[in-house]
Amino acid sequence: MIPALFLIALLMLGSAAAAMLLRNLIHSALLLIVSWAGVAAFYLWAGAEFVAFAQILVYVGAISMVVLFAVLLTRQNQIIDTVIEPASRARAATAFTVAACVAAVFSAAILSTKFHPAAPEAPTASVKEIGLTLMNEHGGALLIVGLILTVALLGATILAATDRDEDQSQPSDAALPPKETP
Amino acid sequence: MSLSTLSSQLSTAATASSAAAAAASPDSFLERAPLELRDWAVNLLPTPVQWLAHHLITIVCILAVFGLFFAFTTIAERKLLARLQNRLGPNRSGLPKLSILPWHFKHTLFGLSQPFADAIKAITKEDIVPAAADKLLHFLAPVIVVAFSLMTFAVLPFGRNIIPVELDAALLYFFAAGAATELAIFMAGWSSRNKYSLLAAMRALAQLISYELPLILSVVPIVLVTSTLSTKAIVLAQSGWTFGFLPHWFVFTPWGFAGFIIFLIAALAESNRSPFDLPEAESELVAGHLTEYSGFKYALFFMAEYFGLTALSGLGVTLFLGGWQAPLPFLEFIPSYLWFMGKLICMIVFFIWVRGTLLRLRIDQLTRLAWQFLVPLALLNIANAAFWVLTTQWSLPLQFVRWGVSAAIVVIPFIMMGRALSASYAPRSYRYAP
Amino acid sequence: MSPLHLCLLISTGLFCIGLAGALARSNTILVLLGIELMLNAANINFIAFWRFGPSPVAGNGMIFVLFAIAVAAAEAAVGLALIIAVYRHQKNIRLQDSTTLKG
Repeated sequence: MIPALFLIALLMLGSAAAAMLLRNLIHSALLLIVSWAGVAAFYLWAGAEFVAFAQILVYVGAISMVVLFAVLLTRQNQIIDTVIEPASRARAATAFTVAACVAAVFSAAILSTKFHPAAPEAPTASVKEIGLTLMNEHGGALLIVGLILTVALLGATILAATDRDEDQSQPSDAALPPKETP
Repeated sequence: MSLSTLSSQLSTAATASSAAAAAASPDSFLERAPLELRDWAVNLLPTPVQWLAHHLITIVCILAVFGLFFAFTTIAERKLLARLQNRLGPNRSGLPKLSILPWHFKHTLFGLSQPFADAIKAITKEDIVPAAADKLLHFLAPVIVVAFSLMTFAVLPFGRNIIPVELDAALLYFFAAGAATELAIFMAGWSSRNKYSLLAAMRALAQLISYELPLILSVVPIVLVTSTLSTKAIVLAQSGWTFGFLPHWFVFTPWGFAGFIIFLIAALAESNRSPFDLPEAESELVAGHLTEYSGFKYALFFMAEYFGLTALSGLGVTLFLGGWQAPLPFLEFIPSYLWFMGKLICMIVFFIWVRGTLLRLRIDQLTRLAWQFLVPLALLNIANAAFWVLTTQWSLPLQFVRWGVSAAIVVIPFIMMGRALSASYAPRSYRYAP
Repeated sequence: MSPLHLCLLISTGLFCIGLAGALARSNTILVLLGIELMLNAANINFIAFWRFGPSPVAGNGMIFVLFAIAVAAAEAAVGLALIIAVYRHQKNIRLQDSTTLKG
């Protein structure tokens, strides 16, 4: 149990740290996907199968695609990328200090807390139980999440779509004249 | 008619058919033979490694069975396509020259050893990696695509007792494992450092993402009706016969039929099969995102495509065609895994037939079909399944109303949306044809 | 040290990597991904408390995580759409260069 947890943590934290340090954006994104898969592995380790598969489906299947498309659609000038400005060095140093301080505070708080002992047997949640809880107790929240996702989908489409007058040059399919072969 | 009554009837009918009666019971010898064999092999080993051996045997079986299945799918496809096009297809490759044999030996075997010759060719070809390529990702992409397409087989119930991993959330697992192939396609396209590969990968991704939606939506009605995500329970929910000969497969309900058709179309597109094979349209593009791959890596992608097709067909069989259930009660003496394989082969042959018949779509037609036709129909189909669940308790005359309403929910939107879809294309005018 | 402590420390690590990334990187996409990492760290906590808590009531931790994943997906979609819209305006997605509204 515990060695497996260490392996998962190594995968998760190692790939996340590497992703944040690398200069190649695509490599960063792919490593982050590995990190998300590591989080899913942690869920599997903890016995939350359903959440683990949902994590893989949403993060590895969907969000990764959006991220990779966004990286490709926003190609930057490579020259800017290779030069590290002194200002950004200073910012990175500050960021690391802040993160280290936060980590220290959190770790101290966690280590000094005595948690209630865990329940004698590991909790199980079958898909049916999760479904019933989602539909009954949390039905309202489920509806709101559906609404949020719909609004997000529409909003993202409207934000990312090009303006209409930009692609007037491309006629729609119906307007194509029949092919004339000379 | 239940299994036990059937077997008892058979045994009383004739004492000579007692063997058949024994075979008809769910725990017959043939039914359990693969499991017995595995347990026997596992028990030969010392106790500490038994669990490992248990899983290794399962994995090796999947690899061997579906590896061979892949090999013979390729030859079947080539031969069937050839017949459809009035050709002979590969019929020359046979056994290697057995010149040590004293007699003249006819060894062409109808070309059945062609896939092995192809495999040897693929392995011995030079493996070319472009100088500018991202070597690691270029290497990882085929590995990932094959690994994850094989992982999807883990939750398919191949027989009454044969299911590699019994998961509560099996359907979710299937789609989660399938999601990684998109990533592999991106990696293949990007790591090649070839703008055509990258563009083709983006096109392939656009297609895969568009069709993943109808694929998953077409499965939701099944989950709604059976109220489970476990593939084993879904197959069990389709057991039994009305009047003793009409199987309770979901494809024989209006919503199940519509779901099956949507599933078939989406599965064709998900596995890049003709008429949706735009990502690597071999007569138009070179090989799409696989342009910079050669030799064994290319063969791996090819293999993963067929594995994906087989897995999706297996899922379709499991969800809509009754899985390992026999179509008629008296056919139950045939072991369940043979029924599964038979249905799987039928699905594959159907896909080959479609490939030989239909023309390739254009990219705008492809996406329009997904978003304007399949997704709305699949959404309506979910409502249809909800209606079906609500009206389970209706009495017999009302059952006809139930079937009528359910069929109407499928047919009317299909006709209306089909007209709207085809109206968006200008009428074709052929200049030289009559 | 109990497994719960370990899980919480791991999630702290992930949170702080995400925080450092979000603060240090100048590419907007990576900042967004850092925030995603922080969300994932919070999800790990939910699952850890569900698994090792004294009274795991009907998988409430899991349901919280499911909602969090859904909201994170919406956030990523809108965030990346915004980034693409910004890129179209200034051909650049460095955070320091988006200063049009600075007084």
